[in-house]
Amino acid sequence: MSELSELYQQVILDHNKKPRNFRKLEAPSHTAEGYNPLCGDQMTVYLNIAGDQVEDVAFEGSGCAISKASASMMTQAVKGKSKEEAEALFREFHSMVIGELNEETEENSLGNLKIFAGVREFPVRVKCATLPWHTLHAALNKQDQVSTE
Amino acid sequence: MSSGILSKPETFVADTWNVQRIRADFPVLQQTINGKPLIYLDNSASSQVPQVVIDRGSIYIEQEHSNIHRGVHYLSQKATTAYEGAREKVKRFINARDVRECIFVRGATEGINVVMHGYGRKFIGAGDEIIISAMEHHANIVPWQMLCEEKGARLRVIPMNDAGELLLDEYDGLLNERTKFVAVMHVSNALGTINPVKEMIAQAHKYGVPVLIDGAQAAPHMPVDVQDLDCDFYAFSGHKMYAPTGSGIVYGKLELLEQMNPFQGGGDMIKTVTFEKTIYADPPNRFEAGTPAIASQIGLGAAIDYLNSIGREQAAVYEAELLRYATERVSAIEGVRIIGTAKNKASVLSFVIDDIHPHDIGTILDQEGIAVRAGHHCAQPVMQRFNVPATARASFAFYNTKEEIDVLARTIERVIEIFG
Repeated sequence: MSELSELYQQVILDHNKKPRNFRKLEAPSHTAEGYNPLCGDQMTVYLNIAGDQVEDVAFEGSGCAISKASASMMTQAVKGKSKEEAEALFREFHSMVIGELNEETEENSLGNLKIFAGVREFPVRVKCATLPWHTLHAALNKQDQVSTE
Repeated sequence: MSSGILSKPETFVADTWNVQRIRADFPVLQQTINGKPLIYLDNSASSQVPQVVIDRGSIYIEQEHSNIHRGVHYLSQKATTAYEGAREKVKRFINARDVRECIFVRGATEGINVVMHGYGRKFIGAGDEIIISAMEHHANIVPWQMLCEEKGARLRVIPMNDAGELLLDEYDGLLNERTKFVAVMHVSNALGTINPVKEMIAQAHKYGVPVLIDGAQAAPHMPVDVQDLDCDFYAFSGHKMYAPTGSGIVYGKLELLEQMNPFQGGGDMIKTVTFEKTIYADPPNRFEAGTPAIASQIGLGAAIDYLNSIGREQAAVYEAELLRYATERVSAIEGVRIIGTAKNKASVLSFVIDDIHPHDIGTILDQEGIAVRAGHHCAQPVMQRFNVPATARASFAFYNTKEEIDVLARTIERVIEIFG
């Protein structure tokens, strides 16, 4: 079960159990809903952006351990970042989980998000990991809804 | 139900089912997944194909390939004979009165759409009501919703109880003079419930209302007798009953089919065509425009032969025993809740585990070579009814074993361990 323990690492299980920033923001400046119609996962990402900076970010919804942990760690990663930095992280994260970025040998700012690299061994779960990021991207770009189907 | 096909089904016991001999008929079951023997428990999504069915499709491709109903040449006649022979087998399989009542379709979904377009759009109008049930598959919801939207008709829904059984008193209350159609599933793909469709059909007929039965989950598991049920339409998919994908049937009473409009226009569904007017062919050809999935439909005929050869009623007894055993094993695990606990069930076991998403269950089971479905089973209203985002579903066929269920139960325990 080595690939499995790569996927379900303690950090991920912990974020699944106790998701950070798992709440609604009252009066967010940006928000979007994400759906994965394949499995029924649903997620709302809330942002408060002041100037160019993500001042606050939170999420709500239901999903698997991977999508929930990914959302939880995403909110920690993008808080305080500029919109451009958040978008850049989205691109790097996406490239990593689809196997186009080697997080160990290529330059990146993923930090502890590298823990999701194991997802690429489970192609059907890639959408779970990227759903929060797609939703964030939609919110930043003022789209209301996004679907990973 | 037609009885007497088999000498004494009541004396058959599940222990005498030679499952290893049956398993040898299915090449797909011989492989390993992630280094573990494949444990295929996703039969409600699609069942595996026995070698004799594969062989029959291959014979068509290798030796008979040509178009049907068209050529005067040898191969076309061979193909047409095989294709129409499969239709004859279907007729006997569901005990239709007339072979013209059996329309080949891509699967149950297309079958329901044939009826929605051919019957519904012609005979259902503004203010009319269509009754479906709370446990329907999207295939038996969305077409009727589309029709309601187009015509200004109203969709009524028979509710169910917490066990996943339809509330028949409520159904009686929904039937009235505005009701123009009833569409319900025979067996629930998400819950396993076997609905009392014969009684429900009789009830609708008191109001002169035709009934379509979605038999996608019933045809693989139990004998189906459309005359005994007295259903007006009955749709099922070949790929859920050991035939290739792209095969399936919608049965319709001939007097209804004769009044219906075609679903699609094209070749093979006409008598004459001029630029001014086309005269449609009679059933079944009216509903089979274009070249069908010939190899798949011939395969459906071969799958019916296979089911008859192994004994449909004995297979059903064995599957009932698998369900009983799996329910006992899985429900004994702390934290597991079975969704769908109807008294009368087919071999479908949907379950959820506290605080663990079915997708995670599915991934971990897959690592052990166990194939289950994790998701909403194309029945989102059922998930909403039970207030779960999704379930994990193990669905059993007559080639599954109790040992496989033991591995399933052990792996579910492992899932709970991982998530602590």
